[in-house]
Amino acid sequence: MDAQRYQAALRAGARPRLWEFVLWALAFAAPLVLPQHALMVNEIAIVALFAVSLDLILGYTGIVSLGHAGFFGFGAYVAALFAKHVMPDPTVGLLVAMAATAVLGAVASLTILRGSDLTRLMVTLGTALLLLELANKLDWLTGGADGLQGVVLGPVLGLFDFDLYGRTAAWYSLSVFLLLFVLMRRIVHSPFGATLMAIRDNRLRASAIGIPVVSRLAVVYTVAAAIAGAAGALLSQTTGFASLDVLAFDRSADVLLMLVIGGIGWLYGGIAGAIVFKVLQDSLSSITPQYWMFWIGLILVLLVLVGRDRLLRPQTWFRREKGAKA
Amino acid sequence: MLTILFDGIAYGMLLFVLAVGLAVTLGLMNFINLAHGAFAMAGGYITVLAMQRLGVPFLACLPLAFVLTAALGALLERTLYRPMYKKPHLDQVMFSIGLAFMAVAAVDYFVGGSQQNVQIPQWLRGRTEIGDGALLLGMGHYRIFIIAICAVLTVVLQLLLSRTRFGSRLRAAVDDPRVAAGLGINVNVVFLLTFAMGSGLAGLGGALGAEILGLDPTFPLKYMIYFLIVVAVGGTSSITGPLAAALLLGIADVAGKYYIPKMGAFTVYLLMILILLWRPQGLFTRKGGR
Repeated sequence: MDAQRYQAALRAGARPRLWEFVLWALAFAAPLVLPQHALMVNEIAIVALFAVSLDLILGYTGIVSLGHAGFFGFGAYVAALFAKHVMPDPTVGLLVAMAATAVLGAVASLTILRGSDLTRLMVTLGTALLLLELANKLDWLTGGADGLQGVVLGPVLGLFDFDLYGRTAAWYSLSVFLLLFVLMRRIVHSPFGATLMAIRDNRLRASAIGIPVVSRLAVVYTVAAAIAGAAGALLSQTTGFASLDVLAFDRSADVLLMLVIGGIGWLYGGIAGAIVFKVLQDSLSSITPQYWMFWIGLILVLLVLVGRDRLLRPQTWFRREKGAKA
Repeated sequence: MLTILFDGIAYGMLLFVLAVGLAVTLGLMNFINLAHGAFAMAGGYITVLAMQRLGVPFLACLPLAFVLTAALGALLERTLYRPMYKKPHLDQVMFSIGLAFMAVAAVDYFVGGSQQNVQIPQWLRGRTEIGDGALLLGMGHYRIFIIAICAVLTVVLQLLLSRTRFGSRLRAAVDDPRVAAGLGINVNVVFLLTFAMGSGLAGLGGALGAEILGLDPTFPLKYMIYFLIVVAVGGTSSITGPLAAALLLGIADVAGKYYIPKMGAFTVYLLMILILLWRPQGLFTRKGGR
């Protein structure tokens, strides 16, 4: 009897709500209604996908990572190189980039299994910096500091050409985002996702009730890496360009900020954060382009001082804070 | 060969002075402070500005950089950092990255984004060479000066932490703040002083290192990883751990850039990841970290 009730409660959380359909419909309508902002929609879709992939490891599994941009950038470079040297088809390029990033993520997941938060911070940061250094030094392959230029892509699925206004790009990114989002939604609501949250809340207890902690961490890190790689691939495919900037530390910090603005441990948090962040960036940097970094720093500091959990989730404003987190 | 070793040691000593404050806040107070490099940058800019605008001699700038940065550290500790000690690590990371970003943009706004130079006095510019051939040891006088200062500082710090009343209070406050407070130790003041001292040392390191490391507004982000490596690899339970890690890092970095310049900083990052895979709590620790 009880078991059935718990199962029903879990199922209820997994069921898609009406507003989610509305939200996605609006997103897909956006490039049509606001054609001048199609490029912006494309960018938001990409960074939102990136942010949600970080949420998978940070919000749901509790791994603090400062190097998620490493996977994003790796995916971007793989997709750009694949399109340039092997085949211009975007879908195949995307799959190749995801597969390559998944392999990288599986290898990198070995580094995050042990140690404290600080150790993880260091190795994730170190991995991203290693990739940045590599991309910088292998200039015969990646173009070094000048970036990888001259990436020309064929039509999506052989049907839709990329146009100048970025509408095809926006729809392409949104479709990929939607597919991967549904996948991630299934993951976090599955029993697998429940074990991830158990590991986040108390690793020792999780292993005591028989959850294979190490393999779960490795798997989720690999999946998150592959999805971040997909986001990177979308970026380089829709802009036809990949530069060292995709691997930079700022990008890891930005994505962390987006996620925290939107609220961690909640898939739509990444999307909300990405929208707020991009709109803020657009408006603030049009006032003072050079000092955007100051504003971002100020937002970060204020956010933490005020308390990051409650900003975009009004339903938590009047609730007492949950008990001590482990 | 020996010259590289010597330069590496000087570089490592410099890194140690820069990072030891971080070792204290991170290891002792368990606070991840990614804005530590901002204090070092503050020290560097204080020196540059005092020398250029006010004509203060270089040697007088060093204590000035220490005192002013320590005061800045104390101010920030009291107002912003103290509420952060109890927050989760993610909050601390976000908060201190935010501070570092603000420092970078603020310096860019007030001083400008160009590289700043420190005019070191004439008597520190020479170079002494001993031996020849493969054993040639060329010692820049400024580097000798750095090594001497840093060595003295290390000894003083070690004595301060292990022999004085303040040192034992600090260790007590770290081991168990509640019990220490119960014994009549004012934990807040101890932490405040420690934080100020760590920041001051970073400022001094920034002033000393402006010549070798270069000084521009992106300094805190550029060297953040190096400071963190020193602390993470050295472990945080003693002074000697970070010292050894800083020396190792300094020598590895200088030698790596000399022998395999194609690899750049690659060697250092790779070394760090391997060491942390092998010993996640750092090379020199008494026990598993908290």
